[in-house]
Amino acid sequence: MKIVVCVNHVPDTEARIKIGADGKGIDKSGITYILNPYDEIAVEQGLRLKEKFGGEVIAISLGGESNKETLRKTLAMGADKAILLKDESDRDSFSVAKALSDNLKEINSDIILFGKQSIDFDNSQLPGLVAEMLNLPSVSVVVKLEIENNQVVCEREIEGGHEKVESRLPVVLSVQKGLCEPRYPSLKGIMAAKTKLIEEKPVISNSKKVEIVSLRLPASKGTGKIVGTEPTAAKELVRLLHEEAKII
Amino acid sequence: MPKFKSVDYYNFDSLLTEEEILIRETVREFTEENIVPIIEDHYMKGTFPMELVPQMAEMGMFGATLLAKYGCAEMNNVAYGLVMQELERGDSGVRSFASVQSSLVMYPIYTFGSEAQKDYWLPLLARGEKIGCFGLTEPDFGSNPGGMITKAEDLNDHYLLNGAKMWITNGTIADVAVVWAKLNGVVHGFLVEKGTKGYTVPEMKGKHSLRASVTSELIFEDCKIPKENIFPNTSGLKSPLMCLNQARYGIAWGAIGAAMGCYDTALNYALSRIQFGKPIAGFQITQEKLTHMLTEITKMQFLTLQLGRLKDKGVSRFQQVSMAKRNNVYHALEIGRIAREILGANGILNEYPIMRHTANLESVKTYEGTHEMHTLIVGEDITGMSAFE
Ligand SMILES: Cc1cc2nc3c(=O)[nH]c(=O)nc-3n(C[C@H](O)[C@H](O)[C@H](O)COP(=O)(O)OP(=O)(O)OC[C@H]3O[C@@H](n4cnc5c(N)ncnc54)[C@H](O)[C@@H]3O)c2cc1C
Ligand SMILES: Cc1cc2nc3c(=O)[nH]c(=O)nc-3n(C[C@H](O)[C@H](O)[C@H](O)COP(=O)(O)OP(=O)(O)OC[C@H]3O[C@@H](n4cnc5c(N)ncnc54)[C@H](O)[C@@H]3O)c2cc1C
Repeated sequence: MKIVVCVNHVPDTEARIKIGADGKGIDKSGITYILNPYDEIAVEQGLRLKEKFGGEVIAISLGGESNKETLRKTLAMGADKAILLKDESDRDSFSVAKALSDNLKEINSDIILFGKQSIDFDNSQLPGLVAEMLNLPSVSVVVKLEIENNQVVCEREIEGGHEKVESRLPVVLSVQKGLCEPRYPSLKGIMAAKTKLIEEKPVISNSKKVEIVSLRLPASKGTGKIVGTEPTAAKELVRLLHEEAKII
Repeated sequence: MPKFKSVDYYNFDSLLTEEEILIRETVREFTEENIVPIIEDHYMKGTFPMELVPQMAEMGMFGATLLAKYGCAEMNNVAYGLVMQELERGDSGVRSFASVQSSLVMYPIYTFGSEAQKDYWLPLLARGEKIGCFGLTEPDFGSNPGGMITKAEDLNDHYLLNGAKMWITNGTIADVAVVWAKLNGVVHGFLVEKGTKGYTVPEMKGKHSLRASVTSELIFEDCKIPKENIFPNTSGLKSPLMCLNQARYGIAWGAIGAAMGCYDTALNYALSRIQFGKPIAGFQITQEKLTHMLTEITKMQFLTLQLGRLKDKGVSRFQQVSMAKRNNVYHALEIGRIAREILGANGILNEYPIMRHTANLESVKTYEGTHEMHTLIVGEDITGMSAFE
């Protein structure tokens, strides 16, 4: 089975984000980047499929030189090959999907896995866009997966329950927490990853359709106020919540 | 508590390779998710967390610098050191387990063992299916192991082993012990297998330090050791000292981990603990403490990294390892105590890792050559005069 996993390189969940000087991007200095946690689940799922059906796992990422760190991690986890679509320019989901699908067409894989969203911009658009561009079926937010004789059975997480759907290979899936627990890369895997090649491909076209106009941080929470510590303070607290904060 | 962040004041990471960083991050995550949540409980009960062993093995933490053909990760000494650092940020007992398995059991089998011994034991030990221990210290011979009285006699079709070892990490849980004993007055290494008649391994109780680690006596009463269980390639006391040199190198890194854990805890606490209307981090005395801790950690990092690079080039000297072990454990212990002060009364609780690390480091300061013995080793190197022999 030829398995492709699309992976993104995103700021660590604990990173303190600052807006960059142009007001349209973030200040990347001092931020640690990680393999997008949902994509990590996709990598794990890819590896499990390979362990079951044989074949190869190819990780692919679009971005700058630093995305190689994330690709290395996928190799260390056990991916066989990595491709960096090298491009430092700002893109919207559409232009990323276009660049990805142009390359995915050539790879001609049986299954394409994504995380359900990137935790940086949270667009959740790529899996659907790529599937459409490749004219493939897609299933989103997958929490359970079974494949037999090209038949794909997925469970999806939906509001208040689960939905079971069927499709056929080749297919595009976006995966959700709960599908499987990502493994730690083994130290052996990390050392072996050194000898695996990251293939670099330039991407020229940037058919962006959405422009970021500005970014801003959420309003800061303001300082707290202690009304008092005696039981009598409760009355005052209720009054403030009612009259000033207007939340009760 | 906030997630542990790397202590890196001098852009230390710029001196590491991508693989070394990834190895450190991976073990850090392992420690955060698997050691930190369970370790206080084990420590209080005085038990070693055996449940960690399969995953540590799976990740390749045992014998990590040895050849891939034995199932090992074949990584360099710097990466190995970073693994030790991260494990000890969890607990010195867990790091001790890995040190013993790797540097004191797999390393001597690899270095002094026969092909048959290597082929049989190394893969099993790498996979964590078998556990090893290292028996050098005796009740009456600690800093002076050359005086050991445990002895083996050659009885033609086997060796007869008699004597006792003490303070042996992993002893009670080990499937195989690397035991150093005198044969015709010369120190030799033997593999003693669990279940050998006359071989008993009572666990030592009552420790106030390294509680999440098994420490045992090894007692040999007329134990018949098969001829093929002697190491063919040893050369007297120098051989066990070579093992200790490996392990001490790992300890030098491990101490940085314990120190970082204490510093990070103290810093977070100082920033959030309010006294006299402001965070205690704002008081001069606290700032002096934090500055001192961070400075010492930073110095340790560069000392130890350079030692690792020298080791990777094959040009490090054992006296340099002594300097790093001595310095790092000393300052880690100092940092533990200062961190405890910053936390005030909270510093003594097991809600924070500080008291555990600090108590652990008392053992670490003594084992693998005491602080004093390392002083004398470096002293002899400087002056050409031995103060102990
Ligand atoms: C938790 C734990 C685990 C251990 N695990 C192992 C293990 O797995 N395998 C193993 O073989 N051993 C192990 N040890 C033993 C350890 O290596 C010894 O404790 C250590 O070598 C010191 O020996 P000792 O305790 O007998 O102290 P001693 O040698 O009696 O020393 C007592 C004091 O005298 C000082 N001293 C001794 N000689 C001199 C001198 N010439 N000049 C100045 N000062 C001197 C020492 O520095 C020390 O301060 C372990 C110890 C501990 C605490
Ligand atoms: C086992 C035990 C038993 C105890 N028994 C009792 C008891 O019976 N009765 C009782 O009332 N209390 C008791 N205590 C409490 C003890 O007196 C307090 O722990 C002590 O006063 C310190 O307070 P704290 O722990 O809140 O630390 P904090 O006051 O929060 O201090 C934390 C750190 O900040 C430093 N610091 C604080 N302010 C400043 C400043 N302005 N400048 C520089 N540094 C500063 C402190 O020196 C310390 O290092 C006990 C404590 C323990 C551990």
